[in-house]
Amino acid sequence: MSILGTRVLRTEDPRFLTTGGVYTEDLTDEALDGACHVFFVRSPIAHARIGRVDLSAALAAPGVIAAFSGADLADLPAIEPMMAGMLNAKMTRRLLAIDKVRFVGDPVAVVVTEDPYQGEDAVELVDVDYDPLPAVVDFDDALSNETILFEDAGTNVVVEFGNAGSLKPELFDGCEVVVSHTFGNQRVAPAPMESRAAAAVWGEDGRLTTWIPNQGAQSARDDLAKMLDVEASQVRVITPDVGGAFGAKFGADPEHAVVAWVARQLGRPARWTETRFENLISMTHGRGQRHTIMIGGSRDGDVLGYRLEIIQDGGAYPRIGAVLPFLTIMMATGPYSIPNAEAIGTSVVTTTTPIGAYRGAGRPEATAALERALDLFAAEIGMDPADVRRRNLLPPFTEPHQTAFGALYDSGDYAAALDKALEAAGYADLRAEQASRRASGGTVQMGIGVSCYVEITGGGDESGAPQENATVEVHPDGTATILTGTSPHGQGHSTAWAMIASEELGIPVENFTVRWGDTDLIPVGGGTGGSRSLQQGGAAVQQASKELIELARERAAAALEASAADLQFDPGRSAFAVAGDPDASVRLADLAKDERLFVHSIFTAPGATFPFGTHVAVAEVDTETGKAVLRRVITVDDAGLVLNPLLAEGQRHGGIAQGAAQALLEEVVYDADGNPLTASFADYPIVSATELPSFELASMETPTSYNPLGVKGIGEAGTIGATPAVQSAIIDAVAHLGVRHVEMPTTPMRVWRALVEASAQGTDSESA
Amino acid sequence: MQVELTVNGEQRSDDVEPRLLLVHYLREVCGLRAANIGCDTTSCGACTVLLNGESVKSCTVLAAQATGQDVVTAEGLAAAGELHPVQAAFRAEHGLQCGFCTPGMVMAAVSLLRENPSPTEEQVREGLEGNLCRCTGYHNIIRAVLAASGQAEVTA
Repeated sequence: MSILGTRVLRTEDPRFLTTGGVYTEDLTDEALDGACHVFFVRSPIAHARIGRVDLSAALAAPGVIAAFSGADLADLPAIEPMMAGMLNAKMTRRLLAIDKVRFVGDPVAVVVTEDPYQGEDAVELVDVDYDPLPAVVDFDDALSNETILFEDAGTNVVVEFGNAGSLKPELFDGCEVVVSHTFGNQRVAPAPMESRAAAAVWGEDGRLTTWIPNQGAQSARDDLAKMLDVEASQVRVITPDVGGAFGAKFGADPEHAVVAWVARQLGRPARWTETRFENLISMTHGRGQRHTIMIGGSRDGDVLGYRLEIIQDGGAYPRIGAVLPFLTIMMATGPYSIPNAEAIGTSVVTTTTPIGAYRGAGRPEATAALERALDLFAAEIGMDPADVRRRNLLPPFTEPHQTAFGALYDSGDYAAALDKALEAAGYADLRAEQASRRASGGTVQMGIGVSCYVEITGGGDESGAPQENATVEVHPDGTATILTGTSPHGQGHSTAWAMIASEELGIPVENFTVRWGDTDLIPVGGGTGGSRSLQQGGAAVQQASKELIELARERAAAALEASAADLQFDPGRSAFAVAGDPDASVRLADLAKDERLFVHSIFTAPGATFPFGTHVAVAEVDTETGKAVLRRVITVDDAGLVLNPLLAEGQRHGGIAQGAAQALLEEVVYDADGNPLTASFADYPIVSATELPSFELASMETPTSYNPLGVKGIGEAGTIGATPAVQSAIIDAVAHLGVRHVEMPTTPMRVWRALVEASAQGTDSESA
Repeated sequence: MQVELTVNGEQRSDDVEPRLLLVHYLREVCGLRAANIGCDTTSCGACTVLLNGESVKSCTVLAAQATGQDVVTAEGLAAAGELHPVQAAFRAEHGLQCGFCTPGMVMAAVSLLRENPSPTEEQVREGLEGNLCRCTGYHNIIRAVLAASGQAEVTA
């Protein structure tokens, strides 16, 4: 029986459950003996010119080895934004700020101590003169260019995707109904449980070895080399266990480079672990878009036109966040057939923490905008939201479907996912219960939200085609090693990659060692992000395993003095046997005795894949307090064939929780002066167990032809589908009271205000 | 100052700074690094250990306060090479992903089940409210605790 598709328990777990993982702060590598500890002095002001930086008091404090300010690192090149050809290249950053600070948390100096407790004390003693400038927090303030963050750039606009002048006036011709609305897709914190960290040491050969929690050692290496102005070959990045990442640990950050710089400067190993306070103000945030939608169609429910205008908050220094409108635009019309559609976007800088990738990265924003638009349209024409969706979904297709926004959907059956989700939810019964509760006029009302989505996973990187490499080696003792260019941080690649190779090689899962995240061992790799790993990294493992069997077949033929064509590989025994003579056999492991038996292989996919599904949420709202409680989440997430249901469900659960959290309660908040108000877990309302229900998952598996495993990415489905479903459910709970929209997060205050306003409008229209 | 306590069954006596937190004592002095530090505000519970059988956040206890007491960490929950029933349930139900919150979550769950051997789902959720997990959406953690209490079918 095939192991593929079965619930294999994780081989990773016993270690995590007993001695715990070895995260960067846990490292006891002897190369790090005698390490000093680096502490960052961060700007307490959102926007200011830097005057004098006085390190003297800190230098005199107990245990302080050294202290450095931006001037000490001035020889290093200014960091250009990624994709500098596309983004405004004048918006550069220094590892430590030199002339200006541009957000609360911008590092301006470091203090280096023998002991971490001494660092906590000494970092307070650095005295920096700041000459404050106006903060730029609001989108409109940024667009007005009244205060400019980068004087050389002359504007706060990082990049434009299309422009307002390109909008077609005839877009809504023939529409009986046109609805427009502006709403936010708020800034949230990725908040992996492990904050950022680094450990760095330079060898006598002048090479840096650095341990960093990351999502891809190879891109972290390249980023570090650029920031430190050394060749990539001089940098070795090793990835310890990583305590969650969610997009925010891709590549390397300025802090990681500063730690390496300090280690070189002082000639001794250096370590850094950021506090949660630092993490919440200086690790990249996610989302941060404002959407203006227009949607038009017929009164019987055909959507004929859709327009999406995006403003993206890039934060203080443009990173991947500034590029995300590109993906939002690509996915603007989602799973629907809309005859006329257009989407444009503008990214701006603000005096806030830079925005990066966060689980879904650009696609949740597209789905949230579109699903909100469809609900507003449905409400306007008085049609059930599920019916409006079914009416406008693309019909099932097995040959790739080209969209107007340049996406090539590989395979899909969107209406089937919708129907399956509605059935699993008991949609008709839910609507009946809602009607009866509305009729009863109770103070706790119930709402249902439906969200259909299609998303893009495993897209190509900047260098082109989506691909990944793997090395599979069988050892004489019957064990095997897999090297992968992917980089798990909770996903379970050790188990999943072993399952794939085990299927081909007949070696038990527990006999595999899976390795990743060491750039000397695995110089090339795309890392883990954009839900790419299984469909490319897993496919590479399968391909290498199959090639290894063919390599071994030649050796087996020689060993058995038989023709290779007459040999059959029996995975049950992990051995080759001569057809018709099973006693004439040789084990795979034995073929590794005289010569190493391994294959390195690169898998290239024809393109990205497009998983899809439908989420249904059920929420209750107390109409007197505005308090919303999420009661149920039912999802169909079709990501092609499922390799290990246990792992796939885990990915869905985690994503649903983060998606629901954005709809319900999480938001990074700044005041008008750019002060972060959510800089600890006491203030940032990271979702806990009491705020969520158990989730109901229905399965649906439409294979893709883009890889032999038939799989698409599952990592980000949850944040894409759940957020609009939960938001819609809460709005739906009070829709009969006249509420059409509530901004995310749907806090009690916001829901209550919406109820008060709807009530006032209702009274106005009655009196008029 | 001198602290004398039992850690995972072993009697210890160490000279520590008075302000040393228990979590730093366990990690740096005892070399027990399963308990992690995930926040600065006693919010996340990644550092949860058992103090005289009850769960505490070891970031909010001074090593000095643990003098004369009995500390158990994830490393000491079962004999080496074995899993405690709660640890086994976390594995069977896929109640962990990145593993960072896991040792603390397991200790909180052990304490919860000692106080209430047959909790409802709601009671498990309330009991674990002080332990944050960013990977699992809590779904399988709740399943694991219910399974460890003998109340939920083990799905694997």
